[in-house]
Amino acid sequence: MPAASVSRREAWLRRLPLLPALVYVVLVTQIPFLMTIYYSFFSWNLLRPGSFRFTGLDNYAALLADESVRTAVLNTVVLTVCAVAISVVLGLGIAVLLNQEVFGRGILRTLIIGPFLVMPTAAALIWKDTLLNPLFGLFAYLLTPFGLGRTDLVNQFPMATIVAIEVWRWTPFMMLIVLAGLQSQNLEVLEAARVDGAGALQSFRRITLPFIRPFVELGALLGSIFIVQTFDSIFMMTQGGPGEATTNIPFLLYLVAFQGFSIGQACAIGVVAVILTMIVASLALRTLFSIFQVERR
Amino acid sequence: MKTGIAPRLLWSTVAWLVALIFFFPVLWMWLEALKTEPQAASSPPTILFTPTLQEFQEVLSFDFPPFFVNSAFASIASTLLVLVLGLPAAYALAIKPVKKARDVLFFFISTRFLPFAASLVPLYLLARDLQLLDNIFALVIIYTTINLPLGVWLLRSFLLEIPTDLFEAARVDGAGFLSELRRVVVPLIAPGIAATSLICLIFSWNEFFYAVNFTSSVAATSPIFLVSFISGRGLFYAKLSAAATLATLPVLMAGWFAQKQLIRGLTMGAVK
Repeated sequence: MPAASVSRREAWLRRLPLLPALVYVVLVTQIPFLMTIYYSFFSWNLLRPGSFRFTGLDNYAALLADESVRTAVLNTVVLTVCAVAISVVLGLGIAVLLNQEVFGRGILRTLIIGPFLVMPTAAALIWKDTLLNPLFGLFAYLLTPFGLGRTDLVNQFPMATIVAIEVWRWTPFMMLIVLAGLQSQNLEVLEAARVDGAGALQSFRRITLPFIRPFVELGALLGSIFIVQTFDSIFMMTQGGPGEATTNIPFLLYLVAFQGFSIGQACAIGVVAVILTMIVASLALRTLFSIFQVERR
Repeated sequence: MKTGIAPRLLWSTVAWLVALIFFFPVLWMWLEALKTEPQAASSPPTILFTPTLQEFQEVLSFDFPPFFVNSAFASIASTLLVLVLGLPAAYALAIKPVKKARDVLFFFISTRFLPFAASLVPLYLLARDLQLLDNIFALVIIYTTINLPLGVWLLRSFLLEIPTDLFEAARVDGAGFLSELRRVVVPLIAPGIAATSLICLIFSWNEFFYAVNFTSSVAATSPIFLVSFISGRGLFYAKLSAAATLATLPVLMAGWFAQKQLIRGLTMGAVK
């Protein structure tokens, strides 16, 4: 039915089922975000009643001048880039491995997705206490022959520890996405390449890699969006420390909003975080839409 | 393509080694949970031991159950809300698309990518003013918000697979919107509803940031129990592991039994 013949009544009937969800999302995400922007122009501390006062761009100026904000941005970038890069490479490798004719492929996949399904809070506790504790942890015992026993790994290499745990958690995610891509590949093309005399490595680079590229990109982008928000493992393992060594933007926001109760400051951080995230997110959306070719119907 | 037995064995060994390394922390959590306290913190580590459920009993008889119930309520209620709101919306974007359906879809999914920094403070102030702090319904509302965009997106991708003829047939029979929904849409996208629910349940069950900031005691969920557990009682590895095992079990089981749905959900419907 051509769009022009759809009457106004019909158009509203079509919109009706959409409205509850749309209204809900606008109410709970868009209006609060507008309020975040509004509050970011005020100086307001919940611990000091009556401190609500318009200060213009002061909060933003303070952010630019604040050393710990710069540290948090840097930490966020380091954590996200390292964790995403390593987990994409590992996930790709494991996916290719599981795509071979290995014994017990189903069980292998089941085991590997374990880390992704385990509640991050619980996982962080298990890592911190039973594995990495310098006195009673398993790693301390295993590393003793190498002269590294009793080393407090979390304290000495805080950022590396957080990156390692995020890699452990997100590699299975990347693996699942890439493996799913590999399994949707047309095997006849590979077979034809083999008949034409292409080596395994050559056909992987020329045929398989370009085919799964969108899946790798999707994994990397979705992973970035989630890993930028890392909070659980930092809260549980390092509390942003030692010093500010592992304070990223979400943890800084938590400190400013819920330890300092500086509403204006926290909102300014929120606005900056949204702008930074939107850059990555718009790339993610473009990839997503290109995989789906959204106007299918 | 046939692979020879020698390379097959080699690749299998490597794959199993990798899988065991990744799975080891989970396995270790289970083993520690089955030990007694002295065995769990011994150095060298106790490998051979008689498993005991003593620590599980202790955790369960202490105060874990209310936290578990809160988690279950927040996850299930928010998932149902996502389905109730998301299914009609997905219908309006896929079957009888509204004008600019693509833009609406873009808007929905972009809200999933908003960092929580975007709306955290106003939501907190609102919850405080409405007496919703430490109230489980605040978490239900927030988890619905987190999962709804993904839900709409996923349900839409499943709806697109239903042949249009089926709707035509139902309409010729004189079916209204509701009966069309009940008779045609719901049965055909049951797998889609399962995948969507699974993803929603995983995200809300494991959620920590809002739980720790919006609840304190009455409405606190299982991850909060784990936090209070360490701060409350020092290092008790066996008890800690038993609590962590219980808290992680539902999602682990759900994810393992529904791997196909999980993959479809995680790839946002890109993989059939």
